Amino acid sequence: MSGLNSEPRFILATDVGSTTTKARFFGKVNGEWKFLASGEAPTTVEKPVEDVTKGVRNAVKEVEELTGHKIIDYSTEELKFIMPYRGNKTGIDVYVSTSSAGGGLQMLVMGVVKSITAESAQRAALGAGAIVMDVIAVDDGRETHEKVNIVRFLRPDMVLLAGGTDGGDKTHVLEMAEVLAVAKPKPRFGVSYRLPVIYAGNKNAREDIKRILSSDFFDVRVVDNIRPQIEVERVEPARNAILELFMEHVMAHAPGYEKLMKLTSTDIMPTPAAEGLMIRTFAEMKGVNVLGVGMGGATTNVYSVFDGRFLRTVSANLGMSYSIGNVFKEAGIDNVRRWIPFDMTDEDIMSIVYNKMIRPTTIPMTLEDLVVEHAIARESIRMAFNHHKYLARELKGVKKERTISDIFEEVKAEETYIDMMRVNYIIGTGGLLSRAPRRAQSMIILIDAFQPIGFTYVMQDSVFMIPHLGVLSKLYKEIALEIFEKECLVPLGTVVAGKGFDALGEKVADVELTFDDGREENVVLRFGEIVRISIPYNVEVEVSVKPSRNFDFGAGAGKPVSRKVRGGVVGLVLDGRGRPIYLPASDKERRKLVLGWFKSMDLYPHQLMNRVEV
Amino acid sequence: MSEESFAYTPGLAVVPRTYVRKVRSLPVKGEILVKKGQEVSFDTIVGRCYLEGAPYVVKLAEMLGIDPEEISNYVTVKVGDNVKQGDVIAKYSALFGLFKKAITSPINGVVESVSEVTGHITIREPPRVIDVSAYIKGVVEDVSPGESVVIGVPAAYVQGIIGFGGETHGTLEVVVSRPDEVLDESKISEAHAGKVIVGGSLATYEALNKARKVGVKGVIVGGAKITDVEKILGYRIGVAITGRENLGYTLILTEGFGKLPMSERAFKIFVENDGNDAALSGVTQVRAGVIRPEVIIPLKGSVREEGMEPLGEGRMKVGSVVRIIRYPYFGAVGTVVDLPVELQEIETESPVRVVKVRLQDGRIVTIPRANVEIISE
Repeated sequence: MSGLNSEPRFILATDVGSTTTKARFFGKVNGEWKFLASGEAPTTVEKPVEDVTKGVRNAVKEVEELTGHKIIDYSTEELKFIMPYRGNKTGIDVYVSTSSAGGGLQMLVMGVVKSITAESAQRAALGAGAIVMDVIAVDDGRETHEKVNIVRFLRPDMVLLAGGTDGGDKTHVLEMAEVLAVAKPKPRFGVSYRLPVIYAGNKNAREDIKRILSSDFFDVRVVDNIRPQIEVERVEPARNAILELFMEHVMAHAPGYEKLMKLTSTDIMPTPAAEGLMIRTFAEMKGVNVLGVGMGGATTNVYSVFDGRFLRTVSANLGMSYSIGNVFKEAGIDNVRRWIPFDMTDEDIMSIVYNKMIRPTTIPMTLEDLVVEHAIARESIRMAFNHHKYLARELKGVKKERTISDIFEEVKAEETYIDMMRVNYIIGTGGLLSRAPRRAQSMIILIDAFQPIGFTYVMQDSVFMIPHLGVLSKLYKEIALEIFEKECLVPLGTVVAGKGFDALGEKVADVELTFDDGREENVVLRFGEIVRISIPYNVEVEVSVKPSRNFDFGAGAGKPVSRKVRGGVVGLVLDGRGRPIYLPASDKERRKLVLGWFKSMDLYPHQLMNRVEV
Repeated sequence: MSEESFAYTPGLAVVPRTYVRKVRSLPVKGEILVKKGQEVSFDTIVGRCYLEGAPYVVKLAEMLGIDPEEISNYVTVKVGDNVKQGDVIAKYSALFGLFKKAITSPINGVVESVSEVTGHITIREPPRVIDVSAYIKGVVEDVSPGESVVIGVPAAYVQGIIGFGGETHGTLEVVVSRPDEVLDESKISEAHAGKVIVGGSLATYEALNKARKVGVKGVIVGGAKITDVEKILGYRIGVAITGRENLGYTLILTEGFGKLPMSERAFKIFVENDGNDAALSGVTQVRAGVIRPEVIIPLKGSVREEGMEPLGEGRMKVGSVVRIIRYPYFGAVGTVVDLPVELQEIETESPVRVVKVRLQDGRIVTIPRANVEIISE
């Protein structure tokens, strides 16, 4: 790690993603921090180029090509940056990086009771930005030999084992340790590598755990109990141990990371950990409730800060590149098709999805391709958010029968503490959203996937730099926040939506807009329609909603509500489509309705939309 | 304008003559059965190892209603003992023999542990023998004792985009006359049993089915409908990690899903090697540094020759020949005429880095750089 500069001028940040390595370059121009350029290249973590620094070099080279700023020291074969800044567009002061390459941090979680210790352990693992491969618990409904077999063939980077309250019964947690001991799971990297196991269970069982998990195969780290008492959850020690081990073991064993670690000014963070850190920092600074989503190639990560509680979940195999086929599989053809206004056969839709899966770096060139990818994106976020809500629940102290497949089912509103009516901001990031040709496309994807209720402000990452800023915030919080607010977040606008249901065309609400200059505008919002009103970010508008008796906009069914809201790149969106969003059963009517939404939101080029026949 | 692009789009390797090296590793330490310099064929067993059997846990304390630390009083076997299914492994008697209970082994295996901490006995099934074959025909170049061998051979080498089914080998037979011809069931007959057949643009559902019925070893074709592939597999595909499917043969799609003519270059290689033996593997993993399915056709003569076309990725330059790999120009081949540095807007309005390509019909089209693969520099 290099020394720190107290007043940096140029900062380079990279995210080594599962498919693409993304370089972002920032500089202080006339006293203000600016995003200067980006560069991207395929990640090189596996054969034939087993060295992650090669992909980083290619991505940074693109930055050099675009800016004329010299960053790489070409005097050596090995990747080296010119540090510190030497003037005359040469050199950088800070280099930071995140990584989710090689499938990110993959963990196996074990606990005693599925809805108590196993659930807490799962929250800790997800909180550290890990992908949870499976959750094994005494009461998960599987026989011991089945558990052993599952553990045997998974190749986790590490295991988190929890169970029992301090001083309570230790038999069950020892039983889980034994499952692990007899299965001897093989770690992903190399045979000489001992599998790291973090033990965060009953403190009285620590010695027995060490005895059962032989040091020939396992590297056991003991931390404080995750559930010292049934009503107390303490995930921080386990989460910190996971991040420490991630650096020590996983990163150090990945090809080329050792070299990359020497170049960075602070530890490399898992991408979801950095993304979550930035969103959390923003929410805490503003004192608001925020929902965030990071759409990656392999995973979809959801973050929430609600009444001060932070939760991060990483949904493995829900992503837009090589797991796009899995999103399709989990969502089902009907859920994907509902967002598409074209008359397409299953084969047409699937050809687009599966050809993208096998050539994940390609970019849609036709409207049909783009709309299908956007449909998949909605479904990916919707399912990842369900997963998130499943864990965003109050602590459970009673046994509940659930299986891992339940996470894709709709979570009942009363089960989660995330009250959509009280979410102030939704923030989206990830390649698909950042690359969406029109910002209104990102906004509708986020609205359709999260289905916010009441008044919610929607923002998106301009060119995918939230993870980069997250890791930077560990060193320079002020700089990271300045860039985050000024250069990273694109203010899309406010969505106003009511909870309720009616017949198509019935009145949802009378909406009155009062602008700063005294100008007024009235809108009758009808069921099944969406209305976009262009209002720039710097304009504030008083929005008064008088809902009909079937609809609730925040004050209760039929009760009027007024709020001052801001516009944005997209503006104000009045959403009268109901919650959950209503879609007719008839395919023709559905397509007509969806096409109407596309047109009123001005989502896609007119000349292309006009050729769509319903 | 830039002469070179840094937006590498690694193309699939399609080379008529190269030197292929394959590392054949044992999953766990074992024994290597061949020597350096030895000639091997596709089926030669090059190494053998023993994979630990599955463990079974008998919850003895729970079954007998005793404390874990008491179990040694009742266990009748020791660690290392061989037991057969049904053999008594613990006996319990109480109230002067009035209550008796015998616990038996659920499997044939070896007693691995008797734990007084948990009260469990672990019995492990006997190890399984794993043989690793040479996969290709060639010469053993290198041996890492107990671990792996390297086999090398001059060969024609063609990568596909996705495959189903594992490693196999057979004699190649091209059953279509053009790369855009459809492979339908009429082109497959009993005479193709044990062979690897090569089709053109699309393998129909009936053809995929007939291939299984007649017992072909492999099918190599430009494309197949995704719905047909799933019907043949019997399930929906999730992530792009394949190679363990049980189709009865190995299926390799060189271009993708749908009706997609096989690239001229690949087709020519198969035509030139019609009647030769080939090794193929459907194993695919679409992640960073992907694993793609492959066809290896060993060439005559076992000595390594100089000047053979190397495998690897090229850099896109003005004059490079590229193939477009996404609709609406999927499969079209052309020559790079410009590589603008600035982002440009395409039909969807996406601002992307593009490449301008002159197609074979003379049209110049603007394509995202990510949507082309390099055929030759």
